[in-house]
Amino acid sequence: MTDSHDTLPVPADRPIDDPGLPEHAWRPTDVDPAAEKRAERQVAGLFGLSMVCAVLFVVAYFSLDIGDNHTTFLGMGASTLALGAALGGTLLFFGIGIIQWARKLMGDHEIIEMRHPARSSDEDRAATLEALNLGLEESGIGRRKLVLFGIGGAGFFMLAPAVVLLRDLGPTPNQVAESGVEGAGLERTIWTKGMRVVRDVVGTPIRPADVEIGDLFNAEPAAIFEVDEEGHPLIEGVELQVAKSKGAVVLIRMDPEDNNPGPGRENWDVDGILCYSKICTHVGCPISLNERKTHHLLCPCHQSTFDLADAAKVVFGPAARPLPQLPLAVDEEGYLVAQSDFTEPVGPSYWERDSQADTSKIPGEGDSA
Amino acid sequence: MSIDTSKVATSNSSAAIAKKPGRAGAVAEWADDRLGLATAMKKNLRKVFPDHWSFMLGEIALWSFVVLLLSGVFLTLWFNPSMGEVQYNGSYDALRGIHMSEAYASSLKLSFDVRGGLLMRQMHHWAAMIFIASMMIHLLRVYFTGAHRKPRELNWVIGCLLLLLGTLEGFTGYSLPDDLLSGTGIRAADGFMKSMPVVGSYMSFFLFGGEFPGESIIPRLYTVHVLLIPGLLLALIAAHMLLLVYHKHTQWAGPGRTEENVVGFPMLPVYAAKAGGFFFIVFGVIALMGGLLTLNPVWLYGPYDPSKVTAGSQPDWYMGWPDGALRIMPGLETHLFGHTLSWNVFLPIIVLPGLMFTILLLLPFVESWITGDKRDHHLLQRPRNAPTRTATMVALMTFYGLMWAAGGNDIIAILLDLSINQITYFMRVAVFVGPVIAFIITRRWCISLQRKDEEVLLHGYETGVIMRSPEGGYSERHLPVSESRAYTLTARDRDPDVTAPESTVDANGLEDPSSGRLSGLRQRLRTLMYADNVQPPTRQELEAAHHHADHDADHHADHHADHELESRDRDALPGGH
Repeated sequence: MTDSHDTLPVPADRPIDDPGLPEHAWRPTDVDPAAEKRAERQVAGLFGLSMVCAVLFVVAYFSLDIGDNHTTFLGMGASTLALGAALGGTLLFFGIGIIQWARKLMGDHEIIEMRHPARSSDEDRAATLEALNLGLEESGIGRRKLVLFGIGGAGFFMLAPAVVLLRDLGPTPNQVAESGVEGAGLERTIWTKGMRVVRDVVGTPIRPADVEIGDLFNAEPAAIFEVDEEGHPLIEGVELQVAKSKGAVVLIRMDPEDNNPGPGRENWDVDGILCYSKICTHVGCPISLNERKTHHLLCPCHQSTFDLADAAKVVFGPAARPLPQLPLAVDEEGYLVAQSDFTEPVGPSYWERDSQADTSKIPGEGDSA
Repeated sequence: MSIDTSKVATSNSSAAIAKKPGRAGAVAEWADDRLGLATAMKKNLRKVFPDHWSFMLGEIALWSFVVLLLSGVFLTLWFNPSMGEVQYNGSYDALRGIHMSEAYASSLKLSFDVRGGLLMRQMHHWAAMIFIASMMIHLLRVYFTGAHRKPRELNWVIGCLLLLLGTLEGFTGYSLPDDLLSGTGIRAADGFMKSMPVVGSYMSFFLFGGEFPGESIIPRLYTVHVLLIPGLLLALIAAHMLLLVYHKHTQWAGPGRTEENVVGFPMLPVYAAKAGGFFFIVFGVIALMGGLLTLNPVWLYGPYDPSKVTAGSQPDWYMGWPDGALRIMPGLETHLFGHTLSWNVFLPIIVLPGLMFTILLLLPFVESWITGDKRDHHLLQRPRNAPTRTATMVALMTFYGLMWAAGGNDIIAILLDLSINQITYFMRVAVFVGPVIAFIITRRWCISLQRKDEEVLLHGYETGVIMRSPEGGYSERHLPVSESRAYTLTARDRDPDVTAPESTVDANGLEDPSSGRLSGLRQRLRTLMYADNVQPPTRQELEAAHHHADHDADHHADHHADHELESRDRDALPGGH
């Protein structure tokens, strides 16, 4: 031990000398046989209680109802309550018993172990370094640069199969957009010209007269409720979920005096009834907290607030863009319909989103809009 | 104390008794013949573990992870990670007949039609909460006591990775039931991914197997949740424990406890019994919580529907702080050359957590770079004796806490009847100002506590006894603290003298900070690190203080009639202030 690194540093001079470990104090259970016996009974008793609780668990499992009668005790599942309490008791009494045993009855002499530095001894280090150098030397990796570059390059290229294998996890955004499925892709939704705006749960169409000033309706595109002749839904499963996740809208009737439509959107309302995407432009939560007096719509996830009377512009919170607006009209039967799909992508922003191309021009209307 | 130690119970007998091995010995011999374990075990069976309540925090994390494995395996027997649509026909009235995913339907089945299923679901979720909470508190304990210093920096890094993976594991776990709340969380995560420049929408489409929500996300998260992350967690926990055993546990300074030794109870039997017993206590408490405290009642939220959301939607608490950052971030977007960059999402939810995690990882390395301290440390430091370090963590905690509170700004607004807008504006400033204030207060607070320790060492503790001098003045009598307490208070290194760096290596073996690039910055940081710290008194200072106290006592004694009483107390070094 000639090198100072092989030993732990000697502490700097302390102003007070180390008095050394205090003397071991005997516990009552060490010196009093009665106390020892008592502690032994305590520990055994705790293990006994643990056994009782285990039996209670089994009894509760087979005797307490679940299913239809799940709220039989203070509105909680009696079975869950009893099983949890019994299992808790089984484990807690067992654990407390062991710890009581350790504290009262097991030897309690503190013992001392010397530490050693984490590093190896200098001899070991030198030997290892020598072996390492010898190995590297024999491999010739230091001299044969070509081999070195070769193995480095091959190792890097080996990543390619691993990465490429993950390619089929999903289609690219463009592949989805060009798949031909109605409303697929980030830039489109299922809304089309003339599609009815229907109530979100029951799917019934809405007449302008149904909507009072200040009323807010949660609505959906009629397509998601359509069924074939046998009553099977035309859209279901994933397609339905995707359609809903982009197509959900809110309808609100505004006092025409309050409303300040965006440029080019003067004809997008029907008697003051406006329709906006329900999907927040921040990270995509459905928005529906409406403040009737201020006509503000608040997102419950991150509190972005949009002014529905001012083209749904952001008045507060982390969202950066107004909610897209759906141009409305009325069909021959007098129900609210869309004039077209949204004129800009709904939901959160993404890298490929060309925000400067957002428009208020309804496709197919020519320049007259 | 005179105790008749002849009656000492046999458990405390220390004599080595050589006798024929008993049944345990026979088993051990059988095993050693085949495995050769005795060489490794001879030291480790009686390995010493020091005792302190705060060393239990990491144990809580370890045991709650074991509970997670056990309860998790139970849940996999019924949970069906599929987004296939089914009509619910189970025993929960309110949702009967409703269309939902098989994942949600099987969560309902676990909750209502499997005996003990709800208990296990709630135990699993509570154990996850406790797992992450105890990891965080354990991390704070380690940092505040300086246990992250050499040679334990790599174990700190492993611990940080465990916290990160634990958080991800929690997120993937609570997303699985596919209820309205967790689905909203996944949808937000989709928005987060889309905010990433260049690759965002591709990552979203690959992860969801197409357009959100697709039908792949639940099965994929399931694989990540039950295989990938638990495997990594297990491996890292094993490494964490192995390093703990190799380095031996740190201990608090005290009589007989030095940098070179470790004092405590042997693994067999005391530590094994205490730690093993503690496993059952953690397990038992989690079982009680699972049985008595409702958590994540997914049946109340209903199945996920991308057109619906509940008010007060919030992630599990450990995801709360980045959510808070998301809430208070102003709405900034850049539109350039046909592309959109959403700073309002990208900065708070992608960049900030990564930055915070990097800071956490680097803390031990930055500290040792600033201090130049490359020595091994096995004695813990009291937080007050490293004021700048303590203040740094309190500042980080303040940042975290404010962000976390911002993540509940809607709840705070409702509970306290405040304006959510004003809370948000306040938080936008507070997250920057709060940590600075916390840093300054904590640092000065620590230094005040150091001064208090110095006062106690030099002038004794306050006895509460009021004395009257012959002149009529009143003063409180101070008495010296016990030798072992005085030793414990002084058993710490003096900080390097930052005002006069002279040689390259000072008396304590610290490198001179004035070498290398960035030496100016390093010197300034080092000054900040130690400036105003109170150093433990030197032997001379202590002797001078005690002499002064002696002298005072003599002085009083000369003027007093009760000379006898005073001189008797003098042996105990009375302070006369």
